[in-house]
Amino acid sequence: MATTALVDPETGLTQAQLAARHGLRVAGERPSLTEYSRRLWAYRHFTAAYANAKLVASYSNAKLGQIWQVLTPLTNAAVYYLIFGVVLGQNNIPNFIAYLTTGLFIFNFTQSAVLAGTQSISGNLGLIRALHFPRACLPLAATLTQFQQLLASMIVLVGIVLVTGEPLTLAWLMLPPALLLQAAFNAGVVMVVARMGSKASDLKQVMPFILRTWMYGSGVLYSVKLFDRLPEWASTLIQFNPILVYIELARYALLEQAPLLNESLTQLWLVAAGWAILGGIAGYVYFWRGEQEYGRG
Amino acid sequence: MDDRYETSNDVTVTLPRVVERIPTVVVDDAHVIYRVHKGAGGGSTPVAALRRLVKRSSAPNIQEVHAVKGVSFTAYRGEAIGLIGSNGSGKSTLLRTIAGLLPVNRGAVYTQGQPSLLGVNAALLNDLSGERNVTLGCLAMGMQPDDVARMTPEIIEFSGINQRGDFASLPMRTYSSGMAARLRFSIAAAKKHDVLLIDEALATGDKGFRKRSEQRVRELREGAGTVFLVSHQLSSVRDTCERTIWLESGLIRMDGPTDEVIRAYEAFANGK
Repeated sequence: MATTALVDPETGLTQAQLAARHGLRVAGERPSLTEYSRRLWAYRHFTAAYANAKLVASYSNAKLGQIWQVLTPLTNAAVYYLIFGVVLGQNNIPNFIAYLTTGLFIFNFTQSAVLAGTQSISGNLGLIRALHFPRACLPLAATLTQFQQLLASMIVLVGIVLVTGEPLTLAWLMLPPALLLQAAFNAGVVMVVARMGSKASDLKQVMPFILRTWMYGSGVLYSVKLFDRLPEWASTLIQFNPILVYIELARYALLEQAPLLNESLTQLWLVAAGWAILGGIAGYVYFWRGEQEYGRG
Repeated sequence: MDDRYETSNDVTVTLPRVVERIPTVVVDDAHVIYRVHKGAGGGSTPVAALRRLVKRSSAPNIQEVHAVKGVSFTAYRGEAIGLIGSNGSGKSTLLRTIAGLLPVNRGAVYTQGQPSLLGVNAALLNDLSGERNVTLGCLAMGMQPDDVARMTPEIIEFSGINQRGDFASLPMRTYSSGMAARLRFSIAAAKKHDVLLIDEALATGDKGFRKRSEQRVRELREGAGTVFLVSHQLSSVRDTCERTIWLESGLIRMDGPTDEVIRAYEAFANGK
């Protein structure tokens, strides 16, 4: 075919040139970060509705239904108290049952959010392949579902703390901001594992081990004073463990005499806020960079 | 035909100038590769999983399916294009790729605006009531909460799931497959679309529902720039589309006027 100066749109132009000439966009192109955030905000109702739906659906087969939201943490607390409080007899911590449940519920928020997050892309491929929405809705909804669960367990926790004789003080006001910072940190981690889990479905198998190690490094089941026996560097490292920091903040807020690893309250808040900002933003950007990949299976 | 050309006065070059048609979908040598898990096989222990994660190698139970192998075509505004081909020829995959729901591995797909896939595959939550699923589906399509609240009764009415009692408030796992498909179609058809991609949507439901849905698709077509229709029912392709693309094992076998392509396809299908 002879090349001519005047090109015929059907033969002279390549497909890409034709598309560019008419201002067509690449299908499913990844939007800029600001545009992505704008779309995500526009889909906030979907995120909330999806989170809520997941919460309702998770108990829909149980006869007691939504009551399990409160019963599950309560049963958990009872089991751990039986083993660590009664059988092993931890007596060196004042008000051990409240100490234990605080750590347990705070840790469980991150744990269950991360476990749900690993599956939030790979478990929703049908939805992803059928409909358009910013995929970050899914990990965020997973975090939100677990946050709602956390609120239910906080009611249980407040009950336990009050029944075991802790006074209601002004320090309790520290609890809500601490939980919000933890939620921001969790959202970041959930977005990271959601992207990783979308590629390697093996992550699901490995995650329980990582989380259990994390739990032992967060002083959930025993006194954090035990970490002082570690070498200097290791104990410093553990002081910056985000979950430990969030647990310490909650214990600081609710309990009068709980042993704490971090003596400085300012440092606790700074580390807590630092992890929330760093984790939240880094996780979001990391997730956004993979936006085009989700759905390939 | 002559009025479409204007002759240049210049003696040396006499080129016909065609009145330009506006493309809405340009597919340029698109390749789509699926990854499917063959299910639990060997080596699914946590230790093996950890080793694979560290080595960044893929699991042994994953198989790649090359569903679309280099497809190129251009669709213009005002066209209705049928996609035909035997099962597994890549029709649905191609449609999802145009919708931007499946990424291409090589090549590119360019579209005008945001194409919408009207299918019966929208995965909904089976543990939730039909009504909640309608809300969720509409929000996932980007509708505003007030619009969703307003349209929910219409959508349920359209789907006809309440004809045998109050099914809208029952969980979707109690629905028959036909009812679930009808509800999904009704949700997807509730929104207006620029480029409309229809995947076998007309084949679901009983006669009354099929009539209503054909009417709805006609309405949606009038508002849309370009329509793609995937169907095994050649009659519905013949009725709606003037151009047809015939796909066979991931490649375009033929692309042209519907009558010609369908005749060739029927000859091929009968000869097999």
